[in-house]
Amino acid sequence: MSTLAPPQPSPAQNKRAVLTRLNNTDRRANRALKLLALAGGALVFLVLIAVVYQVISGASLAFDKYGFGFIVHKTWIAPANEYGGLTFIYGTLVTGVGSLILSTILGVSIGLFLSLMAPRRVAIVIGPLVEMLAAIPSVVLGLIGIYLLLPFIHSDIEPALHSVLGFTQIFGPAQGAGNSPFAAILVLTIMVVPIIAALTRDLFLTVPRELRDGAEALGCTRWEMIRGVVIPTTQSGITAACVLGFGRAIGEAIAVALVIGGVPAMHLSVFMSSYTIGSVMANVAPSAISSLETSSLFYLGAILLVMGITTNLAAQRISSRAGRIR
Amino acid sequence: MSAIPDPTYALTASGNLRRRQAISRGFVAATIAAATLAVAVLIMLVYYAAKQGVSQLSVHFLTATLPPGSPGASGGIGPALAGTAEMVLMATIIALPVGVLTALYLAEFASPRVGKVVQTGLEQMAGLPTIIIGMFIYGLVTLHFGQSAIAGALALSIVEVPLIGRASLEAIRRVPGSLREAADALGVARWRTVVGVILPTASNGIVTATILAVARAAGETAPVLLNSNPSTLGYQFNPLQAVPNVPVEILTLLNLGYPSAVAKAWGAAFVLIVAILAINIGARVWLRRSERKRGL
Repeated sequence: MSTLAPPQPSPAQNKRAVLTRLNNTDRRANRALKLLALAGGALVFLVLIAVVYQVISGASLAFDKYGFGFIVHKTWIAPANEYGGLTFIYGTLVTGVGSLILSTILGVSIGLFLSLMAPRRVAIVIGPLVEMLAAIPSVVLGLIGIYLLLPFIHSDIEPALHSVLGFTQIFGPAQGAGNSPFAAILVLTIMVVPIIAALTRDLFLTVPRELRDGAEALGCTRWEMIRGVVIPTTQSGITAACVLGFGRAIGEAIAVALVIGGVPAMHLSVFMSSYTIGSVMANVAPSAISSLETSSLFYLGAILLVMGITTNLAAQRISSRAGRIR
Repeated sequence: MSAIPDPTYALTASGNLRRRQAISRGFVAATIAAATLAVAVLIMLVYYAAKQGVSQLSVHFLTATLPPGSPGASGGIGPALAGTAEMVLMATIIALPVGVLTALYLAEFASPRVGKVVQTGLEQMAGLPTIIIGMFIYGLVTLHFGQSAIAGALALSIVEVPLIGRASLEAIRRVPGSLREAADALGVARWRTVVGVILPTASNGIVTATILAVARAAGETAPVLLNSNPSTLGYQFNPLQAVPNVPVEILTLLNLGYPSAVAKAWGAAFVLIVAILAINIGARVWLRRSERKRGL
C-alpha cells in the first residue's frame, strides 16, 4: 500500500524556478545599479545648479540695489554701505592674464621638455616633481609668499624692473612692501604651471612619431621640428590647457589674498596694491558688516562664476573640436 | 672626377646651418631651464617651510591645544589636526560613492549624448573656484544652522567629487575590454560584472584618486573658511559644531601677527606640507608598483 505523495517538482522544474529567481534578482540588481549610478551623475548636476542658484539668490539684494551698474561701479566703502565691483574684476583680470602669460611660457616649455627632450628616466622623476607643485596648499603658498617672495620683490625685482621697463607704466613705481598684483601673479604662476605642464606633456606625446621623425629626416633641427610639426598639430589643445589654467588662476582666493595687498584700487602698475574677486571674498566674507555687503560679495561671486564657467566651457569646446579634427 | 671626399670639407656646421642649430640648442636649453626652475621652486618652497617650521615640531606641538587667552604664545595644533582629519573623513565618505557612481554611470550606462552632458558637469565642478564652494555651503547650510564640521565637510566633498570622479572614470575605462567580454560571454549579469570584475580591476586607480583627493581636501582653506572657523581652538569632535582645522588655523595665527603666533603658523604649515607631499608621493609610488605587478 502506498499513500500518494504530494506532487514533487521535477529536478528540471526546480532548476528553472531557481534560475528565474536568479534572473529576477539580477534584473532588479541591474536596475538598482543603473539607478544608483544615474543618481550619482544627477547629483553632480544638481549641485552645480544649486551653486548657481545659491550664488544668484545671495546676490539678489545687491542686484536689486545696483543692477548691472555694479559691474562698472568703482567704489567699495563698507562703512558708507556703498559697493561696486569694477576694481575687483580689473584686479582679477590683471592677475589672471599676467599669470597666464608667465605660466604658458613656462608650462609649455616644461611640457615639451618632459615629452620630447628629456630621457625617459629623467622625465619620470621630473614630471611628478612638477606636479607636486600643484599639491602645495594655497595657504602655505601664501605664507611662504609673504615671508620669502614679498621682501625679494620689494628689494630686488621692483627696482630692477622699474628702472628698465618703468616707462611702460605697467612696471610703475612701487607702493607697499612688495604686496602687489605682481606678487599675486608669481604665486598664481606657481599654481598654474604644473597644470599646463601636465596637460601639454600628455598632448605632445600624442603627436605621431612618424610626423616628428619625418621632419627630422628632412633636416629640421629640434626647434624647427617642434615649431613646424608639434605645435601646429597640438595648437588647440595647448590653447585649451592655457584657458583651463586661466580659469584656475582667476578663482584662487587665499594665496592671492595674502600677497596682493588688499586695496580696492585700479592701477596700471602691477606694483601697486590691488584686490581680486576671490581674495576680497576670502578676506571680507568672514567679517561682513551688513547684509548688503554679504550680498555684494555674492554678486562678485556670481561674476567670478560666470567668468569661470565661460573659460571652462571655452576650454572644453576648443579641445573637443580639436579631437574631432584629429 | 674622383670619389674621394674633399678632405677640406668641414664636418662641423657652418653658415646658415650653424645659425639654425644654435637657435635649436638655445631652445632646448630654455626648456631645460624651465623644468629646472620649476623643480628649484618646489625645493625652495619645501626647504623654506622646513627652515621656518621644523623648530616647532614636538609631540607637544602636535597634540596640545592653543590657550584661549593669547593664542600662539604656547601650545600646539592637536585640535586642528583632529578637526582636519574628521572633516576630511566625512567629506570622503560623501564624495567617494558619488564620484565612483558618476564615473560608473559615464563609463557603463550613459548614452553618448547624456554622458557628454554629465562629463561637462563634472569638468565644471572641477573648475569651480573653491571660495565659491565655500560661499555656496555658507548660503545653503551655515547661514541657517551655524558653522559646523558637517558644513565644512560638505564643502570639501564638492572639492573631492570631481577629482575622484574623473580619475575613477579613467581607471574604469582602462579595464581591458577582454575582461568585460569574458564576463558577458559567461552570461554574467551586468551588475555582477561591475561589482565582481570592473570595480576590482579599477580599484587601484580609484584608491589612488581617493588618497590624492584626501590630500587636496586637507589643504583647502577657502571652502572651510566660512563654514568651520571656530573662535575657540580647543579639541572639538562634535560634527554639529565648528571644528578647528589646520589650514584655517594657519590663517588665524598669521593674522594675529605676533612673532610667536606666526612661528606656530609656520610649524602648522610645515606639518601640512610634509603630510600632503608624503601622501602624494606614497600614492603615486604605490600605484606604479601595483600596476607593474599586474603587468599593466
